[in-house]
Amino acid sequence: MDWRQLWEICSAPDNVPIVGLIPLLAFYIYLAVKQARANDVLIEQLEGDAALAKTHHRKTWPFKPGWQKEVHVWPFLLRIEFLAAIIVTIILMVWSITLNAPLEEPANPNLTMNPAKAPWYFLGLQEMLVYFDPWIAGVVMPTMIIIGLMVIPYIDTNPLGSGYYTWKQRKFSISTFLFGFVILWVAMIIIGTFIRGPGWQWFWPGQTWDHNRLIYEVNRDLPDIFGITSNIGKGIFGAIMVGGFYLVGGGAVYSLFRRKMPKDFQRMSLLQFSLMAFLWLTMIALPLKMALRLLWHIKYVWITPWFNV
Amino acid sequence: MADEINPNGKNGNKVGVLEKVTAGVKEDIQALKTDIPAKAKEQIEGLKDPTKTQVYTSIFRHKHDDTPRNRALGVLSNVFLHLHPAKINRDAVRYSYTWGMGGITFYLFIILTYTGVLLMFYYHPSKVQAFRDVLYLEHDVPFGKILRNMHRWAAHLMVIGVWLHMFRVFLTGSYKKPREFNWNIGVLLLVFTLLLSFTGYLLPDDQLGFWAVTVGTNMARATPLLGHEGPFGSVLGMTPYNDVRFGLLGGSIVDANALLRSYIWHCIGIPIVASVLMMVHFWRVRKDGGISGPAPVMLAAEADKPRRGPKAAGE
Repeated sequence: MDWRQLWEICSAPDNVPIVGLIPLLAFYIYLAVKQARANDVLIEQLEGDAALAKTHHRKTWPFKPGWQKEVHVWPFLLRIEFLAAIIVTIILMVWSITLNAPLEEPANPNLTMNPAKAPWYFLGLQEMLVYFDPWIAGVVMPTMIIIGLMVIPYIDTNPLGSGYYTWKQRKFSISTFLFGFVILWVAMIIIGTFIRGPGWQWFWPGQTWDHNRLIYEVNRDLPDIFGITSNIGKGIFGAIMVGGFYLVGGGAVYSLFRRKMPKDFQRMSLLQFSLMAFLWLTMIALPLKMALRLLWHIKYVWITPWFNV
Repeated sequence: MADEINPNGKNGNKVGVLEKVTAGVKEDIQALKTDIPAKAKEQIEGLKDPTKTQVYTSIFRHKHDDTPRNRALGVLSNVFLHLHPAKINRDAVRYSYTWGMGGITFYLFIILTYTGVLLMFYYHPSKVQAFRDVLYLEHDVPFGKILRNMHRWAAHLMVIGVWLHMFRVFLTGSYKKPREFNWNIGVLLLVFTLLLSFTGYLLPDDQLGFWAVTVGTNMARATPLLGHEGPFGSVLGMTPYNDVRFGLLGGSIVDANALLRSYIWHCIGIPIVASVLMMVHFWRVRKDGGISGPAPVMLAAEADKPRRGPKAAGE
């Protein structure tokens, strides 16, 4: 164990936000789960008790007679905002006094930093460069993430769970988002920050970053394994594999929805459903491609003269 | 000439004016002694209650004694506060529900604007001076170091704040009807927050920023159709000197033009666009019915029944 190295990485000024993000995210997930569980218990109770469901007992903190329904913004909301502003200011002041912003040597195009890392919030995308060509990892994926986020309200037709934490009423959407945000975005950032060392090689936490380390790794392309040598053959094979993934995957999503979420499926138009399935499968393709690379050393699935996937 | 002929008359006339003046002055002095102190006393008494002065009443348009009306007016008659309604649902102030992340993000944006403007006084976006300016700021400018630190850390906090805000909005289903459009504005604001942070990364002109931006913009080379290394890029005649990366950097490498471009995007372009989107975002929060919850839970059996409107009444 190289504790010094580990400390150097964790205490690098620009890595401190990520070190802070981990407990912060854990806390807020805990807070959300706690409230979701309380709401789920209430929902179960209401579903079993039709008489109670007709009353106003619809919140985990039900309204009591004699309470005011509404409160004045001044002071009941503004004091919270004021306190929040003060607390943030204090945190920021203490942080700024105790830790200096990083400043390296003057920019020098002739002296490449190793590892050369993007700002920490883009490290997930940089990590993707290992598994995908830059046009996918750097351009298509960010675009798909933005578009995917933007269409969420238009493809999530489930009217339940609007305005309260719940798990039981939105299992699919919440698990998808948790997977995308916590695993694919935050965990990739953590890998990119703490695991990736010189040459963007994989160093376990505590392993010394050896600048001279070489990894002898032979990456193969999927068509090679199947013994396909001609360029046309490789192109057709890849198109079949990628197309097949979306077709078979689409069928699987359809089957899942029809069986487990028939109501949601009924509410969705064909466009909504196919868009959702496409985006969902694209998201799933990310860890699949990572597994292909890490477990079987497969570089490309689809090879054409213009692009490789 | 006439005065010399009648000296008495002349003197008499002169004495008359003098007397008038003396009498007037005496009267004035008397008035000064009595009226002015009385008036001053009255006005000083008045100052003991400054809320009655014209200056005060011109600024604050209503009284401040603790009545429900004045509490409401305190919010409604203030341009900074009037984005809030006068009254909100009693549950909407539960910060375990909202985590306060949207507000904290906005507050950090204000801090960043403030510290950013101060930093601009000491910074020249040119290859010769940029790095030296940062050194100067760190070592010579009073409070320069803490200024730069605050700007840096507030930027990181803002990125985290935006993510957690989005996370909360998703988990509470707050993007659902009627807030779909505002979620989209929010996604754009997320993108602009990241871009703001990214364009600022290059400005110290050190190795860290230089290589981070080099790595970041190298991806633009691979843009399909528009980058010279991207799919179909060369087919469309893309070279390192006319592709989308060239447009971003103002050159084929990260150099003086890139520094100037990211400075302008960072300090002018993106903040203006983000501010406009923020106005829309906050406005829509109000127009879409305020904070989404904590709302009463809905049961699966009620999901497809309209809760309001003619259909619900007719059935």
